Amino acid sequence: MLAIKLAYRNLIGAGLRTWLNVFVLSFTYILIIWQYGVIDGWNYQAKFDMQAWEFGNGQYWQRNYDPYDYFSFEESHAAIPELLQKATSEGIVTPILISQGTIYPDGRLQSMILRGISPNQKVIAIPSAELNTKSEEIPVVIGRRMANSCKLKQGDITTIRWRDANGTFDAKEVKVVKIFNCDVPSVDAGQMYISLEKLQEMMQTPGEATMFVVGENSAMKDSISGWKYKSIDFLMKDMTELIKMKKVGGSIFYFILLLLAMLAIFDTQVLSIFRRQKEIGTYIAMGMTRKQVVGLFTVEGAMHAILAVIVGAVYGVPFLLWQMKIGMTMPAGSDDMGIPIAKTIFPVYGAGLVISTILLVLIITTIVSYMPAHKISKMNPTDAIKGKIQ
Amino acid sequence: MKRLALILFLIPTIIWAQEPTGKEILERVDKNMAAKSTISTSKMVIHGARQTRTIEAKSWGMGDKKSFTEYLSPAREKGTKMLKLEDELWIYSPSADRIIKISGHMLRQSLMGSDLSYEDMMDNTELLEDYDAGVIGSEIVDDRNCWIVELQAKTAEVNYQTRKIWVDKNRYIPLKEELYAKSGKLLKKTELFDITKMGNRWYPKKIVFKDMLKKGNGTEFIIDKIEFDKKIDAYIFTKASLK
Repeated sequence: MLAIKLAYRNLIGAGLRTWLNVFVLSFTYILIIWQYGVIDGWNYQAKFDMQAWEFGNGQYWQRNYDPYDYFSFEESHAAIPELLQKATSEGIVTPILISQGTIYPDGRLQSMILRGISPNQKVIAIPSAELNTKSEEIPVVIGRRMANSCKLKQGDITTIRWRDANGTFDAKEVKVVKIFNCDVPSVDAGQMYISLEKLQEMMQTPGEATMFVVGENSAMKDSISGWKYKSIDFLMKDMTELIKMKKVGGSIFYFILLLLAMLAIFDTQVLSIFRRQKEIGTYIAMGMTRKQVVGLFTVEGAMHAILAVIVGAVYGVPFLLWQMKIGMTMPAGSDDMGIPIAKTIFPVYGAGLVISTILLVLIITTIVSYMPAHKISKMNPTDAIKGKIQ
Repeated sequence: MKRLALILFLIPTIIWAQEPTGKEILERVDKNMAAKSTISTSKMVIHGARQTRTIEAKSWGMGDKKSFTEYLSPAREKGTKMLKLEDELWIYSPSADRIIKISGHMLRQSLMGSDLSYEDMMDNTELLEDYDAGVIGSEIVDDRNCWIVELQAKTAEVNYQTRKIWVDKNRYIPLKEELYAKSGKLLKKTELFDITKMGNRWYPKKIVFKDMLKKGNGTEFIIDKIEFDKKIDAYIFTKASLK
């Protein structure tokens, strides 16, 4: 307790030198918490969006289906099994038929993926109900990215070409009845949504599907012959890896900042021990053990981290709360990079994040403070009182 | 008098009987155009939305199952080679120094930005095997009297449900072909120009391919020189000749 009191007095007594160190440390705290908060917020938002728009609570894939291999699409459709048929009618799952196609917006040729989806489904957020729109042309729904790349607007009519299951070419006019806005590029870029029944008719594959999306509130994961169940963890593996990578990448930046702060504290400690030799000698002469003096100087250094928590809280808490409220606006075009990213990311700060950051900085500061203070144990007290350099 | 009346009555029937069937017309076309082998130098003029590109090539062909093409110009395409054997296609790119097999969905890509896809180039469809041919009328095309032969697919496994071919009545060479989607929408059009007598056959010196859903003036294929039934080394049609 005495060490803490003394350490506090000494620290405050050091004036500007202490406050500079404390400020740099507090800045490190806030930066680490803010940056991790942004990444966690992005992760949370991306996972939420991906579940809502694409993955639901898992998917069933026809055994030949591989979303990364377009060659597999022609062979990856099969009749809907009884169990999934029942789940579909109960609204637990929704079937999707996938095929390749070509769109000719304004006479330009562009490859795309045709996705047949039930207009009445409520499992994923695609506004499929719009596919019930009465129109001479085939009604289709597309996302903002697809609309931008094809320069299409709501109400536009264009031609699409596809091949049926036998490989025969067919072409018809389609009408864009809805353009939706979504943060998940894989459900939007290069995708066109069409009524499931219509696509089955176009493809000559009545009653068939390529995959099923399981609703978010369903725990259905029974194995079904000819269909592979893919869990949400499997479907989000790429995103999880990306977030991990981002965290590692970001940590390099704050590691540098932390290193600078620690260097400042280390220097302060070395300088203190050098300039306060008489004081150290007096402490020992007055009956303090070497260990107690080392402890005093270590506490003094570590107290920078505690003061930094208080100073950081003064300006950091309002800043972090303000960021949580207004979010961080991403630069234009960042949602076209192919990864789910919202226009504005709202940071999420968990108690675990705050506590672990404080502990991390505190432990490192204590170690850095102890290293120069350790030298005191080797000092000769008489020489120390004389102020002789050791 | 009775005999005259009988002759007058029979004339249209005789003329009608002389009209060849769709199958016969296609057989005559095949006879005119088919060759055991061809060696040609040609130009492909691709009219894009912004610019026109010309690609020169030399090709060796054996029937319609084997062909080898070496691109001569422009510099960007020079040295690119393409080998087609039955249903398989390989491309050698000198810049990558790699032989790539074009298959599956890559076959649907455009051939060097033209209106032709690799798949169109690979089309080995035996028209008389896969289609029922019927003459649906006559029409003048480029001042030539032509039969319009309509082909309706016999099976579901064909690329195009319907084709129409305009065949020159005297020279038995197609002057125009249209390929239709199942919905009846016109997808592709091919027109043949500068029909020239070469030995005992009529052959086009210019062919224009047009993807009818795409904007642009299509792709011209101009034959500068062609030799028929010349001996070609079997080595040419092997993958080893690509490098």
